[in-house]
This record gives sequence, C-alpha cells and structure tokens, in this order.
Amino acid sequence: MAKSMPKKKPAEPIIRVRDVTVQFGATKVLDGLDLDVQRGEILGFVGPSGAGKSVLTRTIIGLVPKISGSIEVFGVDLDKANARERRSVERRWGILFQQGALFSSLTVRQNIQFPVREYLKLSQRLLDEITIAKLAMVGLRPEVADRMPSELSGGMIKRVALARALALDPELVFLDEPTSGLDPIGAGEFDELVRTLQRTLGLTVFMVTHDLDSLHTACDRIAVLGDGKIIAAGSMGEMKASRHPWLRQYFHGKRARAVAGA
Amino acid sequence: MDSNPTLEKVAKGNALALCAAGPWTAPFAPALERMVAEAEASGGGGTISIDVSQVSRLDTFGAWLIERLRRSLTNGGVEPPIAGLSAAYASLVNEVRRVQSSDAPTTSPLRLRAPLEQIGRSVVGFGDTLVNLVAMTGAVTVSTLRLLRHPLSFRLTSTVHHLEQVCWRAVPIVVLITFLIGCIVAQQGIFHFRKFGADVFVVDMLGVLVLRELGVLLVAIMVAGRSGSAYTAELGSMKMREEIDALRTMGFDPTDVLVMPRLVALLLAVPMLTFLGVIAALYGGGLVAWLYGGVEPDAFLMRLRDSISIDHFIVGMIKAPVMALVIAVVACVEGMAVQGSAESLGRHTTSSVVKSIFFVIVMDGLFAIIFASIGM
Repeated sequence: MAKSMPKKKPAEPIIRVRDVTVQFGATKVLDGLDLDVQRGEILGFVGPSGAGKSVLTRTIIGLVPKISGSIEVFGVDLDKANARERRSVERRWGILFQQGALFSSLTVRQNIQFPVREYLKLSQRLLDEITIAKLAMVGLRPEVADRMPSELSGGMIKRVALARALALDPELVFLDEPTSGLDPIGAGEFDELVRTLQRTLGLTVFMVTHDLDSLHTACDRIAVLGDGKIIAAGSMGEMKASRHPWLRQYFHGKRARAVAGA
Repeated sequence: MDSNPTLEKVAKGNALALCAAGPWTAPFAPALERMVAEAEASGGGGTISIDVSQVSRLDTFGAWLIERLRRSLTNGGVEPPIAGLSAAYASLVNEVRRVQSSDAPTTSPLRLRAPLEQIGRSVVGFGDTLVNLVAMTGAVTVSTLRLLRHPLSFRLTSTVHHLEQVCWRAVPIVVLITFLIGCIVAQQGIFHFRKFGADVFVVDMLGVLVLRELGVLLVAIMVAGRSGSAYTAELGSMKMREEIDALRTMGFDPTDVLVMPRLVALLLAVPMLTFLGVIAALYGGGLVAWLYGGVEPDAFLMRLRDSISIDHFIVGMIKAPVMALVIAVVACVEGMAVQGSAESLGRHTTSSVVKSIFFVIVMDGLFAIIFASIGM
C-alpha cells in the first residue's frame, strides 16, 4: 500500500463509483452513476444547482445512504469494510465542508490538532509546530492559531478548514464549493493553493465547484453531472468541444466567455 | 507496512552525515521525533550534512522533523546541506522551510496570572453588564415614549403571540409548582407549630409568606427559567444570523420590533401568573391544613381573613411587574450580546437565567427594605 508522490499510473482509480442510485422519497437524485477519480488528479465536478453534486460527495464519504451500487475508495469497498478498515480509509482522506464546519467551541489550533490527536500520539511541541506548518501551507500566519472560528473572515474559515482537512496528510481531499463566498482574488489564491498543495503533497482532489475560473486554473479533469448521471468527463478542451446543450450553455455562456477572454 | 524509519550517523571522510532512511511519515512521528532529539543532542561539531536519499516516503510530519533537525544543527549561520532530495519531495521540504520558527506560546512565569486574569475579566464583565442593562432600560424608555406619542405603532399581534407563550402556556406549570410549595409550607408549619400547640398560626404564616414573598418569587424564578431563557435564545439566534442587522437596515428599531412586545407581554404575564400562583399556593396550604392539620376550611378562611390585610396582597402584586421588567431587560440584553457562535448563544442563555434570578432576588431585598420603612 506504499504510496508516495503521484506517479502517473492511470489504471489505478482512487475512487471507483459504480452504478450508484440515491433516492430521496420518490425522486431519484443519482441514477446508476459511474465515476472514476484517478490518483494525483484534481477533478472538478460541475452540474446545475440541485443536480446532486453535494449528494454524490456525501454518498462517497458515507453521509448519505445509497439504494444500490458500489463505491470503492483506495480499493476498499466501503459497504463491505469493517469498522477498522473504514477508520483506516477515513484517516487517509480529508474533507472541506461548504461552510467550513469548524468546531465553534475550539480555537483554530485545537481544530487542526483534533484529528491528529485522535490518530497519533505526538508530543505537544511537535503538534504545535505541525499546526503552524499547516497554517503556513494554507497561507495563514501563526497568530491565527489562537483565534476562535467566530473571529475569522469567510476566506480564513475556508483556509483553516482546509488546514484541518490536511492535518493528517491525507492522500485524497474532498472540497465542497471551496471558492463560494470568496472574492475573486481570494478565490484565485485558493485555486493556486490547491494546485500547490496537490504538487507538494501529491494529493488527489475531488472538487465540487461552480466557479469557472477554478475549473480553468485548478482542475486537470472535469466531470459533469446531469439527470443523475455523469453526462461528460474530460479536459477543459473536451468540455468546450462538447455538443451537449447544457455544456454548451455552461462553457460558452456570457460568464464563460468573460473568463476565457480575461 | 515497510520497515521502521531510521536516522544514522555515518562518517564520510572528515564530514559527518546523518542518514535518514525508511518511511518518514505521520504514523512513525513519535519515534522520528525521538531520533531527531537524540541526533540534536549528540550533533554539532564537525561538518554535518543530512542525507535523505534512502527515505522511502515523506509527508509533512517527516519533512518538518528534517527541517527541525536542520535548524538545530545550523551553526553560526551555516546550514547543513540536505543531500539526496528527490525532485518530488523537494517542493514539500521547501514548503516546510518557509514556516517561521514558532515561538513557544508565551507563558508568564507568574503562576497566578490565569486566575488573576479571570478575576479581572469577571469584574470588567460585571461592569459591562450593568452598563448594558442601563442602556437597554434607556432604549426601552425611549421606545415607550415614542409609543405614547404614536400608540398605533404598537405591535399588538406580536405581543399577543408572546403573551400566549409566556402566560397562557405557563399557567399549568406555575399553578402546579405553587400549589405544591403551598402544601409543603403548610405541612412543615403544622408539624413544627404543633409542638407549641400553635397549629392555627400556620394560617397566618402561610398567608403572609405566600402573598408577600413566595408567590411572586416563585413565579419570577420560573418565568426567568422558562421565558427569559427563551427570549435570549430567540434574540441570540436572530443576532447570529444577522436578522437584527437586517431589521436595522430596513429602518426598524430592534427595540420597537423585538424588545417591546416581549417586555409588554411579560409585564402583563407575571402579575397574572403571580395572582394564580398565590391562589394555588393558598389552596394547597388550606388543603394540607384541613387533611393533615385538621383545620376545617371554614376556620381556615376565617383565620386567613383576620390575619392578612389587603396590604399583603398589594405588596406582592406591586413587585410582580418590576420582576417582569428585570427579567425581560436582562434576557434582551443577553440576547443582543450573542456573538457569532453557537457556544456564545448557549453561554448567554445560561447567564440570562442566572443573572435574572440574581437581580430578582436583589430587587426583592430592596422591596423588603422599602416596604418596611413605609410600614406596609
């Protein structure tokens, strides 16, 4: 299971979703969906609002039950895994929730150290140093460590949440709308940050986003969700060449042209 | 899992090299930290380089420990070179290198600092509370004067809604509790007075105690716990979600819209609940006096009529709206003081109940002094 920096081995998907169906009441949100995420790539996941992007993310990490289908992460089928295997998978992924989901009663330092303390027995000195290093990686100064989440701005919350998601040096990170609510400069910095971290830590990134800039600058591959299925997956160029009406509208609309022109 | 990580000293000619090998990753971090500490302790002297060519895996934890080793071996501005760094890991090591050496959290040599700081904060906090209470009372006064000039702007619907919540729905619990307390006081009185053959004086005690003190105090404490906390939680969660800011930007005064209806509802509710509570307590006391003490209802009523005057009743009822005012003002001040987090909401709700009960009892004490001096 030794895993080091991303060496291009395309035949090894880190997430393997097969024929997954998720139903809320009478509405099928996901309907026989297949998706592969390759090791070391940044996958941008787009689709109309309410198409079920967050639902798929939450299904993969096990927060939403599915009716049928199978999901493998790191080659482990999460339905068949016992509690120990599940924990070892959970230790290897990090999740950035849309609102940050920082624990409001803990300081930034305690938030970042929380998962580390749970899994590793480290000295307080090393914990503190690693915390500062993680904060520096997401572009925050050490002083932030002793603030409470309620004292942070929106962009800082996302950065701290990312630092917490990265606390255990995961191999896979889920980002749910990481740039929503950030100003364009902040969003651009965040995209750059994700790219840098992917390069230095060899991360695989699964990013749900609406941000065309993010898709352009950060993502290696784009998957599009529609009618409960993946309607297209490929590079930015392939997306733009697609004849699908929603894709045409999305990638050739006014906003897309503005982004491309910039 | 592959073999454990190692850190060995190897002499290469004159120079000394620290050779790191194996997986330098998070699961091995405690062992790695020990090895690095040992190397730091024995290090220094001679030229030293750090050779990482045998490291099979590296993550932030390992990279940081190598960086820590490098920093502690830095001697007179000469950094030990790191050899054998693969391109893939170089960016990670460089990333960690940019981290400023974190200053240890500043701990004062004075042990007493934390408790002293806590005492100081509490004192300042108490001062702030008093200032906020005065400010809220002022805002309520201004709002009341405005209402007197424009009575039609009063929010009747909202007030009626709150009246239902704090008065109508509170009736069962208030009546039950005061009834039970009335029973208990009467039972204790009879039990102890009987030793002196003074059973019948229990009626005097019950009447005076319930009318003057117990009725209004019990009701005020229950209302503080039941409705004051609800007010704080409602206003606090509105504050958290910027609803109060939204109101303000639309040209509404939160005092008019949110505080006044709640305050008026409580001003009406507490006297009514006090009245009901007093009746229930007297009823419970009378019942116990009859069934346990053998005082017939006729005799109880006769004795009660002789022993209490309308003054006792008035004293209790005068206190009731003042208690309502105290509870409402404290609850609204605490609600408005809530900051962004859910924890803050919980803290202020707790302190709303604690403070309003405290102030209710302080007010009761003041009233006792005033009524004693005017002979009521």
